[in-house]
Amino acid sequence: MSDNMSLVPNEQKFQSRIDAEEKVEPKDWMPEKYRQNLIRQISQHAHSEVIGEQPEGNWISRAPTLERKAILMAKVQDEAGHGLYLYAAAETLGITRDELIDRLHTGASKYASIFNYPSLTWADIGAIGWLVDSAAIVNQVSLQNTSYGPYARAMVKICKEESFHQRQGYNIMMTLMQGAELQRDMAQDALNRWWWPSLMMFGPHDAESAHSAQSMKWKIKRRSNDELRQQFVDQAVQQAQAIGLVVPDPDLSWNEERGHYDFGAIDWQEFQRVVSGNGPCNRQRLAHHVEAHTEGAWVREAMAAFEAKRRTARAEVA
Amino acid sequence: MKLNDPLTRYVVRLGDDALIMGHRLSEWMSRAPFLEEDIALSNVALDFVGRARLFYQYAAELMGGEVTEDTFAYQRDVRDFTNLLLCELPRGDFAFTLCRQFLYDAFSLPFTQALCHSTDPQLAAIAAKAEKESRYHLRRSSDWMLRLGDGTQESHERCQNALEQLWIYTDEMFECDDLVNDLVVAGVAVNTSSLRSTWLETVTETLRTATLAVPESQGGVTGGRVGIHTDDLGFILAEMQFMQRAYPGLQW
Amino acid sequence: MSDQLQLYEVFIRSSRGLDHKHVGSLHADDPHQALEYARDVYTRRGEGISIWVVASRDITASQESDCESFYDPLDDKPYRHAAMYELPEGVDSL
Repeated sequence: MSDNMSLVPNEQKFQSRIDAEEKVEPKDWMPEKYRQNLIRQISQHAHSEVIGEQPEGNWISRAPTLERKAILMAKVQDEAGHGLYLYAAAETLGITRDELIDRLHTGASKYASIFNYPSLTWADIGAIGWLVDSAAIVNQVSLQNTSYGPYARAMVKICKEESFHQRQGYNIMMTLMQGAELQRDMAQDALNRWWWPSLMMFGPHDAESAHSAQSMKWKIKRRSNDELRQQFVDQAVQQAQAIGLVVPDPDLSWNEERGHYDFGAIDWQEFQRVVSGNGPCNRQRLAHHVEAHTEGAWVREAMAAFEAKRRTARAEVA
Repeated sequence: MKLNDPLTRYVVRLGDDALIMGHRLSEWMSRAPFLEEDIALSNVALDFVGRARLFYQYAAELMGGEVTEDTFAYQRDVRDFTNLLLCELPRGDFAFTLCRQFLYDAFSLPFTQALCHSTDPQLAAIAAKAEKESRYHLRRSSDWMLRLGDGTQESHERCQNALEQLWIYTDEMFECDDLVNDLVVAGVAVNTSSLRSTWLETVTETLRTATLAVPESQGGVTGGRVGIHTDDLGFILAEMQFMQRAYPGLQW
Repeated sequence: MSDQLQLYEVFIRSSRGLDHKHVGSLHADDPHQALEYARDVYTRRGEGISIWVVASRDITASQESDCESFYDPLDDKPYRHAAMYELPEGVDSL
């Protein structure tokens, strides 16, 4: 209570609205920090979807069957769609998509670090769909209740569409595990490389998370990093075992008392190294996006010029 | 892989066009000028890959035995592929891709409309689905012709250049070899030479509105239907077939 | 650059008999293109049978500050809701 006393009346009213589980909508008054915090989180989420097109998009031309190719195309297209839903949600906060893209290009805005790892074999497409999308969904399901209306609605749409993503990934892994030895090795190798980065996707431990406390208070975030990570581990370990994959963590064990899996320490140095730009593909991922955006400039200019000409023509007729 | 049955050869040919076109379009994913277009182009790419699968599945059914849709995509070499050269040309810039698409869509719409009347019910059914897609594709690519043709000087020049480069590959769409002629007589195939005037009308009209010039005819380059391709197809296949070649005989 | 593209709001009727519902927004050059992109972006799974697009700037929206004068006066008319009227015993529905 003493906390709320120090708030200006607007903020107090805002916080009580949040506490009452009322959604915040675009035109509502909101604290500037709430707005900035949301822009940071939503745009990071949007960028992740769009940059996430790349590691999987790499395999569209090499998918081993036509059915897998079509599925992968649909999936990568969905990522672009989800990026768009999220940019649209961010734009309701009074920032343009161009500004958001600019922040991505200058490094002011981040994207999920996991996409800085390469997709080396076909099994990586399975691992990404299964692990990375599962991790994303665990997080996104909790965000369906986020306090900002447009973000929550975007999450509902995204969750609905993404359920097929993790299924197709798991299905790839399952097919590999039922195949030849070299396929099983391929699947295990992919799990070995994607497991820890997937755990890192949930961010630092709650105690060390810079934005967590305020975000939870504003109900931008609904569940803590560690809670979500635990849920992911519990699900994924079971799924791995069901198809004969070995989770690459010697400390992994079922804790009867907690009703959860205990797991080993995350290598946060590795996390920091990749976040700060020295993952295997950081430069390529960003360069790819910058190049496409720059190369597209003449197209966007042509559209604007075309529309301007028509506006003039219409004005003359009028 | 030797194909002897005329109908199978014809069906595979149509599948090849669709697959290679879909492949080129799919290369744009994550590379389009803005996000909406990324998604829209992916839809078109998906339509073509979907179309290829329908044709190949039908061809597999005609062949019987162990043959599947994937046999056609992954186990034939360049000389066995019979797609139009137009489809395999590298994607180039956005103008090149959209000009190619427009020239092809303007052909594909009347083609699929005509194929709807094929005496072969399977072909007619595939065509009925493809025709709806083509109508949307043509609407989209025509719009782009207008925007790019009548946009900035740069976009106009890029389009005009693309059209000049593409034009010599358009003849092949209207070529009818013995295979087609025989199947036309049977009411199965489309006599594409009869579609040329409709196509030229659509193209001329749209390009005129887009302030673009219809390129002068300089004859045509052909060969795709007999497996004489540009160098580019080999690289498409090398990439596309990598998994099946490196790890043959496995389930994925 | 894409700033020069307009922002459009997209509304989709998911099946006959239902209202068009707001589903999100997108950027396009003109309404015609907005409609096509809406089809590509928001109906990838056949979610709709009819689409409306409206330039966002053409929407006049009520403000939060209007809330009190707009909606509060409507709060005191319980007689407009069926729930106010009690049913006698023995009558389950009316």
